[in-house]
Amino acid sequence: MRVAVTGIGMVTAVGRDAASSWAAIRAGRSGVRDITRFDTTGMKARVAACVDYPEDASGTPLVAPERLRRMGEAAIAEALAQAGLSGPFPGPLCFGLPPVEIEWPQRLALGAPDHAGMIAAGAGIASHYQDFLLGGVATWLAERFETQGVPQAVTTACASGASAIQLAIEAIRRGEADCAIAGGAEASLQPEAFIRFGLLQALSGRNEPPEAVSRPFTKSRDGFVMGDGAGALVLESEAHARARGATILGYILGVGEAADTFHRTRSSPDGHAIVAAMERALADAGLTPRDVGYINAHGTSTPENDKMETLAAKLVFGAEAAPPISSTKSMIGHTLSAAGAIEAGVCLLALRDQFLPPTINQDDPDPEIGMDTVPVGRPHGFRAALSNSFGFGGQNVCVVVGAA
Amino acid sequence: MTPVMVTGVGLISSHGEGRGVHTPLLAGGAAPVLARAKDAPCDIHPTPELPLDRFIPRREMRQMEPWQRIGVHAAGIAIEEAGLKPQVARMDVTVAAGGGERDAALDAAILAAKPGPAGVHKMLLEGLRPTLFLAQLPNLLAGSISITHGVAGSSRTLMGEEVAGAEAARVAARRVAAGTSPLALTGAAMTSDRPELLLLYGFGGALHQGPWAPLPERQGMVLGSVAAFLTLEPEGANPAPLARLTAIETSQGRPEGRVARLRALLGRMGAAPDMIISTASGAPAATADELAALPRAPDLFTADLFGHSAEAAFPAGLALATYAIAEGRARRVLVTGCGQWRGEAAAVLEAI
Repeated sequence: MRVAVTGIGMVTAVGRDAASSWAAIRAGRSGVRDITRFDTTGMKARVAACVDYPEDASGTPLVAPERLRRMGEAAIAEALAQAGLSGPFPGPLCFGLPPVEIEWPQRLALGAPDHAGMIAAGAGIASHYQDFLLGGVATWLAERFETQGVPQAVTTACASGASAIQLAIEAIRRGEADCAIAGGAEASLQPEAFIRFGLLQALSGRNEPPEAVSRPFTKSRDGFVMGDGAGALVLESEAHARARGATILGYILGVGEAADTFHRTRSSPDGHAIVAAMERALADAGLTPRDVGYINAHGTSTPENDKMETLAAKLVFGAEAAPPISSTKSMIGHTLSAAGAIEAGVCLLALRDQFLPPTINQDDPDPEIGMDTVPVGRPHGFRAALSNSFGFGGQNVCVVVGAA
Repeated sequence: MTPVMVTGVGLISSHGEGRGVHTPLLAGGAAPVLARAKDAPCDIHPTPELPLDRFIPRREMRQMEPWQRIGVHAAGIAIEEAGLKPQVARMDVTVAAGGGERDAALDAAILAAKPGPAGVHKMLLEGLRPTLFLAQLPNLLAGSISITHGVAGSSRTLMGEEVAGAEAARVAARRVAAGTSPLALTGAAMTSDRPELLLLYGFGGALHQGPWAPLPERQGMVLGSVAAFLTLEPEGANPAPLARLTAIETSQGRPEGRVARLRALLGRMGAAPDMIISTASGAPAATADELAALPRAPDLFTADLFGHSAEAAFPAGLALATYAIAEGRARRVLVTGCGQWRGEAAAVLEAI
């Protein structure tokens, strides 16, 4: 059974919907800029691919769950409108989301000098409860769109959006549902989470100029750039989509995953887990490597990821035969829990337009990469694309996307 | 659909670890193991002393906080008991998790100093241990299980409090039944004496503060440290299965429909059980709704035995039900649960 995509929604630092995001990505426009919603004094990284709202200028930025709700709602609403669906959604919500917890402004606003006082002062604040429960955002989105069953708030770190697509297509293939909303949202660009990523030495400290900081596959890449964003896909069994006369935008042909047992933040030195994830995705799709005409890379712009990912891609596809690979994170940053969903959407739009989105900032290519990283977007004839997502914790998920 | 068998159980509670410790509790009436929370006028069921070095090498121990350690330990017990150590490379893991422990000392220092935003950032920049972040990420329980035990199939983590624990087990069971997962590990872990959890669940207004009393007389939640993991395999794959997981269903919606939704789930559970285990949290409205939907009073409340453990509560109910069947105390056990805020679940386990 093929799983069709009938709606695509997206919120990124370069556009508040899929059309404007894709237009900017095609054109190679960066959404990375100086962070203004909080004070970055003393922080090594000071830029990000921000999706700001009016409240962020006030000095009291939105809490992460509110930003997640707004971006998630916009992406899902866009996807549903494109799919021609309104009213209660007749399937589940599978959504990649980051963990949330009460943030420092809210903690300090409780006015207590210690934990005991804070716990006492916080008792019964229902709005905080619904904001900061780990299932709170997914539940809000599920109730907003009246989806069926338990909303799955999926977290496999940077692979969450891809895992959400996987859980959704599995439910459709098992016959539990005819359709599902799959996607993800990310809003970890708040001081404590940003500081934690910085302490892991994961973020670029380059900062100047912002649009040149995310530079996957280059010699001078030195870390990722965090991004806000959300992506959503309406997925249906092909039969269901055809029966209701929906326009099919493309297909999720297969998904593969493999857990790495080597290290929390690094791939096995031989890349076997990410090789296995790519191979399993191709096998699940019933495709051979030569059927894939484009790879949308995990491509975080960290020295480790880009080296291991391209090493693994060359093992799977052959060093000479590997298709073009680009990292749209060079423009929209690393949207972590949303990345797998946004980037699957990018692959669908690339297939629709038969156009490869670029990896920008390729002015000092790393000779070790040895692949076509698409420095400038260009037309390209292809029928299938591979979208890679590799998470901290060794959770690797690859999605094969097919043209309509 | 292939029948799904429970072939291994790892259960940790304030009473200790494993089948031998927990089997006597099935008779009911056991005294709870209680302690006072460090930072709130609440009882909690504390984390027991465990021989954690049995499964977790020292270098890995340093990468984890207590919730991950007890979860990884419980997963190890389940894998070992099922005889699955040689097969971990093809094992799929589906975990339910919330966030991990924070740096309580650093938080306390910031609360005491009451700095402005720049001061908070400075204290975080100077005080946070880099490795703590990874110990806090929900998906790193599954990640630590993969690294410690070599589990190398698929790895998924669901967030969402109580119903996430049931949904993780449901997804794992469905994949085994459909033949898309040869071997599944599912479960969750939570530690109880944590200021960030007492704060979060306290926001909901349903933490019990008076002297301990059993459910349903008590109105409110008493948190407990629990880790519960089960291995699931298709019938015939394991020579010594413990119980058959006959049915598992979940649902969610607004609280006003909770009784009707849980009744609908119960209607899909088949014949009457000879034992009912409720994983009710103790949160008043959800607990009352769960009891209203049940055909009779439960035989056991996991919250009485272990305290309430959010994501781990439903897996702990499944673990206890498996013990009840494996020990010959019951032939057909119904496990139920309503989340403190949202979500309902029911499962039936049967003797083989």
